[in-house]
Amino acid sequence: MSYLSIKGLKKSYTFKPILRGIDLDLCKGERLALLGANGTGKTTLLRIIAGLTKPGAGSITINGLDIVQNAQQARQLVGFVAHQPYLYDELTALENLVFFGRMYNVKEAHERAAALLERVGLARRAKERVSALSRGQVQRLSLARALLHSPQLLLLDEPDTGLDEDGNELLADILHEHSERGCATLFTTHNLEHALTWSGRTAILHAGRIVYTRETEGLELEDLQEAYREVLKPRAKILS
Amino acid sequence: MIFLKQVLTILWKDIRCELRSKQTWMGMGLFALLVLVIFNFAFDLRVDNKAAIAPGVLWVAFVFASLLGLGRTIAAEREKGSLDRLLLCPVNRKAIYLAKLLGNLLFIGVVEIVALPIFAALFDVPLFGALLPIVLLGTLGIAAVGTLFSAMAAATQARELLLPVLVFPLIVPVVISAVRATGTLMVPAANEPPWLGLMAAFDIIFLSASMLTFEYVIEE
Repeated sequence: MSYLSIKGLKKSYTFKPILRGIDLDLCKGERLALLGANGTGKTTLLRIIAGLTKPGAGSITINGLDIVQNAQQARQLVGFVAHQPYLYDELTALENLVFFGRMYNVKEAHERAAALLERVGLARRAKERVSALSRGQVQRLSLARALLHSPQLLLLDEPDTGLDEDGNELLADILHEHSERGCATLFTTHNLEHALTWSGRTAILHAGRIVYTRETEGLELEDLQEAYREVLKPRAKILS
Repeated sequence: MIFLKQVLTILWKDIRCELRSKQTWMGMGLFALLVLVIFNFAFDLRVDNKAAIAPGVLWVAFVFASLLGLGRTIAAEREKGSLDRLLLCPVNRKAIYLAKLLGNLLFIGVVEIVALPIFAALFDVPLFGALLPIVLLGTLGIAAVGTLFSAMAAATQARELLLPVLVFPLIVPVVISAVRATGTLMVPAANEPPWLGLMAAFDIIFLSASMLTFEYVIEE
């Protein structure tokens, strides 16, 4: 049974269709990389699944819970790393995590926050304000924040942005551990290599529809690059 | 119990952020002080007309200073994208409203505590203990409406312009009641309507309406 199930999802902003009918299933422990050019609706899709944007049509269920009807319960299951860090600049790294831990009703939030800071390599900067951290460190902290309540579904919107090589390795490890625990992950990226190595399945979103999906096992980087180019071809013709 | 814990956690976060940034308190306090000083020079404060002018001046200072703070309530969250983060949490939206309301009451309350002695000194009026319930009920009314509409205005481009336009017409009853009740304290008058009761009724109505509608205002 699918842990995340999306059926006929549509979304428009002021009559401009962004998503034109998305059907997608994600099982427990599965990692799906969502690719696509800028403006194809990847962020919108993730925001809808996270419950931040209302779907226009169609349905989304997480572990059988409809995200509109059972919004509060569904939110408890989701961890989301967005473009923006969603952290408070005036609070320290530790205070931010403790605050969000309490929001998710995490037991022993302080201990959990300290353990996650250690995990993402920020233990020594725990008492520094977020405004004093670098872009990559903020991204690591965002990742820790998303993992605070041990979500069953992790949504990551271009999580590799701003991360150095060590950061990317850390992210890959965390994604691997997450799926080992039987949790599902859906992430977007523009890096095809990351998509290939970090996920078990890739999908390409184009013009509001999923136009390509394939397991990464046996898939070569060149094949994925070719498929990506093929998808973008009509668009390139129009632009030329 | 969880509801209360969430309210206090958000309130704790807001107080801590404000204590470190000092943006809202400083701005509100300075503004209230400037209004009091300017009106003190602008009006002819002879003994016979002091009671007619002073309550209005006091509440103009409170209302305008409050709006400065109320405007920042949700706007600061939206600017940094952290409102989404708060909305992403499995938190009752009423808890967010209540925490923001309590935060506003606290911020406005501190400004009032500073402004009242200055007002008393500048306008040479005594501070009555009976002023406390008037200030409390008046501030609660302004904050209850302001917190709701600050969430509405924060989603727009022209929030600084929109917030006063939305809030002022709605708080007219509570401001009139507060000014008249304060005036009655200075110069007792017969057959005055029960201003405190009117303010309490206003507060209950707008607090209930705001709690019920906040969820729809704050979410997309």
